[in-house]
Amino acid sequence: MTKAGPASVEFRNVSMRYGAVTAVDDISFTIEAGTLVTLLGPSGCGKTTTLRMIAGLEIASEGQILIGGHDVTRLSAADRDVSMVFQSYALFPHMSVLENAAYGPTVKGLGKEKSREMALEKLALVGLRGFESRYPSELSGGQQQRVAVARALVLEPQVLLFDEPLSNLDAKLRRRVREEIRELQQDLNLTVAYVTQDQEEALAVSDRIIVMSNARIAQEGAPRALYEAPANAFVADFIGDANLIDVTITSVADGRAAVAIGSATVSLPARDLGPGPAKVAVRPESLLLSETATPDSLPGTVRKCAYLGNHLDIMVETEVGELFVVQYGHHAMWKPGTPVNLAFAGSGVTLIPPN
Amino acid sequence: MRGTTKLVLLLGWLGYGLLPWYLVERASLVSFGWLNGYPFGRAGTALALSLSGEAPWLLPAGLALVAATVASGLRDEKIVARILILAGMAGIALFFAQGFAIGIRGQGIPGLAALLGGAGAAQPGMGAGAFLCILSLLLLLCHGLAYRGYCRGDLFTTSAIGIIVLLIGLFIFFPVVTVLESALIDQDGAFALSAFTSRFFDSSIWGLGCLTSNTNCGVAWNTLFLAVLCGVITTLLGLACALLILRTGMPGKRVMRALTVLPIITPPFVIGLALILLFGRSGMVSNLMYEWFDIPRSRWIYGLPGVLLAQVLAFAPIAFLVLIGVVQGISPSLEEASQTLGAKPWQTFRTVTWPLLRPGLANAFLLGFVESMADFGNPLVLGGNYEVLSTKIFFAVVGASHNQGQAAVLAIVLLGFTLGAFWVQQRWLGDKSYTTVTGKGDSGLPTPLPRRVSWLAGLVILPWVALTFVIYVVILIGGFVKAMGRDYTPTLEHYRTGFSIDWSRGLFFEGAAWDSFFTTIKIAAISAPLTAVIGLITAYLLTRQRFAGRHALEFATMLSFAIPGTVIGVAYILAFNVPPIEITGTGLILVLAFVFRNMPVGVRSGIAGLSQIDKSLDEASTTLRARSFTTLWRIMLPLLKPALVSALVYSFVRAMTAVSAVIFLVSAEYNLATAYIVGRVEAGEFGLAIAYSSVLIVFMAFGIGLIQLGVGERKLGRRKVVALNSSVSDPISQGAAS
Repeated sequence: MTKAGPASVEFRNVSMRYGAVTAVDDISFTIEAGTLVTLLGPSGCGKTTTLRMIAGLEIASEGQILIGGHDVTRLSAADRDVSMVFQSYALFPHMSVLENAAYGPTVKGLGKEKSREMALEKLALVGLRGFESRYPSELSGGQQQRVAVARALVLEPQVLLFDEPLSNLDAKLRRRVREEIRELQQDLNLTVAYVTQDQEEALAVSDRIIVMSNARIAQEGAPRALYEAPANAFVADFIGDANLIDVTITSVADGRAAVAIGSATVSLPARDLGPGPAKVAVRPESLLLSETATPDSLPGTVRKCAYLGNHLDIMVETEVGELFVVQYGHHAMWKPGTPVNLAFAGSGVTLIPPN
Repeated sequence: MRGTTKLVLLLGWLGYGLLPWYLVERASLVSFGWLNGYPFGRAGTALALSLSGEAPWLLPAGLALVAATVASGLRDEKIVARILILAGMAGIALFFAQGFAIGIRGQGIPGLAALLGGAGAAQPGMGAGAFLCILSLLLLLCHGLAYRGYCRGDLFTTSAIGIIVLLIGLFIFFPVVTVLESALIDQDGAFALSAFTSRFFDSSIWGLGCLTSNTNCGVAWNTLFLAVLCGVITTLLGLACALLILRTGMPGKRVMRALTVLPIITPPFVIGLALILLFGRSGMVSNLMYEWFDIPRSRWIYGLPGVLLAQVLAFAPIAFLVLIGVVQGISPSLEEASQTLGAKPWQTFRTVTWPLLRPGLANAFLLGFVESMADFGNPLVLGGNYEVLSTKIFFAVVGASHNQGQAAVLAIVLLGFTLGAFWVQQRWLGDKSYTTVTGKGDSGLPTPLPRRVSWLAGLVILPWVALTFVIYVVILIGGFVKAMGRDYTPTLEHYRTGFSIDWSRGLFFEGAAWDSFFTTIKIAAISAPLTAVIGLITAYLLTRQRFAGRHALEFATMLSFAIPGTVIGVAYILAFNVPPIEITGTGLILVLAFVFRNMPVGVRSGIAGLSQIDKSLDEASTTLRARSFTTLWRIMLPLLKPALVSALVYSFVRAMTAVSAVIFLVSAEYNLATAYIVGRVEAGEFGLAIAYSSVLIVFMAFGIGLIQLGVGERKLGRRKVVALNSSVSDPISQGAAS
């Protein structure tokens, strides 16, 4: 079998409609060969539909889909060199682990011996040697997940798809498996499209993240860029926590804006915004609590304080509304009613357009 | 062009050029006298007949094959696809045009026949050659559509859709349309709307004599009245039974479950027969009443009371099966919520449980209603002067009057009633049923039944269970005594008459019943797997494929639920007594009748089975490069084993017990067990009839076991997994009219 190697995926103005419902609305993006790109968004945003269109399980209503530069828009799933790991794993319950993994080459007609050999190789890769004769019902959730990955890898597809692969695992296992998936992707140099609604998972594994909202792409970029420079309120709020505050830009000079946040004035990168109303997204850990007042800080009163082990969750009432503050490290608890001042850290405070 | 398409083309040429086109009488594989004159004459091939000018109207089908053959040499797949589609469509159209235009002399469509070059000609029914040819043309069309990208270019899917559509068209729609047509023509065969209206509004159908004067009411009102009563009583019995079993500590749940299987393997008129032996003029109970209390013997059982009693006994288990599902589906937490809000048990029952039950009750009622409408055996045995539509149709066809037009009109009335009930069920209940089973695990204990409801239910149930028990005892011992009710001397005489075997000259099946018994088994064994396969493939197409007209197909398969057997029987003899498809009197028509009568059962159990298989399994298979057929074969089929079992069992059993459809279709050569037993009952030979019936019941219980053994368990790991729906009784709860 000739190995095709990883291929890029390109969407050109693709839409998907079911009757009057638009699941995916005119989206375009490119997944470079050999990278892991995450489709991130709340449920119902169209990310799974997008993934299924890459697989060929849904045929796009409009637009063009290219895999490795070839137009595959009208090709059925069976004719595309793409494999998928399903959210439910979709292991065939009546087949053993080996039979599951060997299914692809078997139905392709590669012969029993060859199929077995290929399946065993990939099962070893995911660390399931010795489990070949078990049935899916006899495996733990994590093991089932590995079988699903091995099965998808056996045909060495040009593109590998993951549909919320960790959602059925417990929290501890999730962290380990996502690292394994990332390692596997980098070791084998695979093109991977990965759907999740867990922003932490997306930040941890991705080369790039495509954030989707209401059937459209809200923002696309590297994990760090998305967290530190969200393009809009949705992305700021969806990736990590953020306090969204209505502000006024008083002046802009040399790419920096003087921003009035209530009575405090802060200097922030202008991000092409002019004077006038705007918003800032402030990460909770970028609000620094102190008892001493400075001109660029905001006075307020502690409303609530909760102890969460390695950090404190604090709600502070200010003139711009209630703000959510996180304090890491070992601090004393704040009593409700304590007057405090909130200073803004050098990072994690970002101007975004008013809407 | 792919290899499969070439194979299909070869098949077409085989049918067109090599095999006899027409159905040849007295064809045999041992002596070849019928082949006289081959490839010309009666056993001629289409190629020879059309080229020699003997049957020029067969030429177009051949030309379509030629076009497809030419296309096989081309490289551009788009052009190939277009040629295949055009050739296939034109070929099929002209094939059926000539078939229907030129029939036996004096029939057919003369104008069209003249156009096709066969004015005044006649031809017999189509045979093996024609069958292969039309199959090939259809598949060529489907392959052409697949090449064009229909159903994602999947040959198997388009072909399966094509075949199913053709089969439903030919064996469900065509016969029903024929019935409608023959209702519109008078005795001489001329079109006459007045004949229809005068027949339709006849007082024997719609008369209200029983209300105004002392004469009989119209047969339509009789049927309706009986059906409503039967629906109400079976629903109440089923509800009482379901509540008692699920909501009280009443013992005997397993016995009740088993009891519900019995009516499924009991031929429908056997209950009626047992009732005669108990309550007839010389029945057991009548005798005791006369001897002990001096109550005079009477014929009260013949008429409405008897038919109603028999139908209630036969169909109440079906209502029970439906309602036990509904009662189970009511989430206990709803009732617990009501209790925690301070409602007393009776209040909870009245305000929460009962309203949630209502849609299920309506469903059970409609089922009992339709079953009663469609029932033929019990009214035939017990009806007396109380005429219902199904028996009246039968006597219009086989009786002295031999009035096919009247039979057709009656069939339309019956069909109207059942379709109406079906429509109500689909429209009204489709929206109204409350889904009380959610995906979330729902723990909690069902509220025990209020005491007064328990007592009431118990009082209703007890006589019913007792009577059912007595009836089966009568059926079992009835064959072993001289004459039930008169002479209780034990004897094997009835079994000897029916099932004696003569060993003196080797093995010789001497008994009178053997012939029909073997025919029944043969026909049932052939039709059951066909039914299951067609049903499951249809279910697969309906649930897992998206194509234009899917809803129409679904509606068509559901519709055949609502067509009573009597109507199917009449439709089949009207439609298949003349060319182009002339198969009355053969075993084939029996097989076809069973397959298409029972197909909804296969579809239902297939859909039920498929809905338990997560769709991501076939998607996983597809993304691993498997085509639909591979997915169906390697993933679906192994997982569908329970559905396969229930489809096989159910179609086998229904083929063994059906009366209404086949009583029109049996012939001297192909007589069936049920038709034979009905004949014995009419001749008054109750002993033989009851002996034969118990043989059938025992045999079917045995057959069910065998099928379950043969298909085997679904393998899901080494741990034993309890199959969710391997119960024999599954499909019946989905609603079926016998």
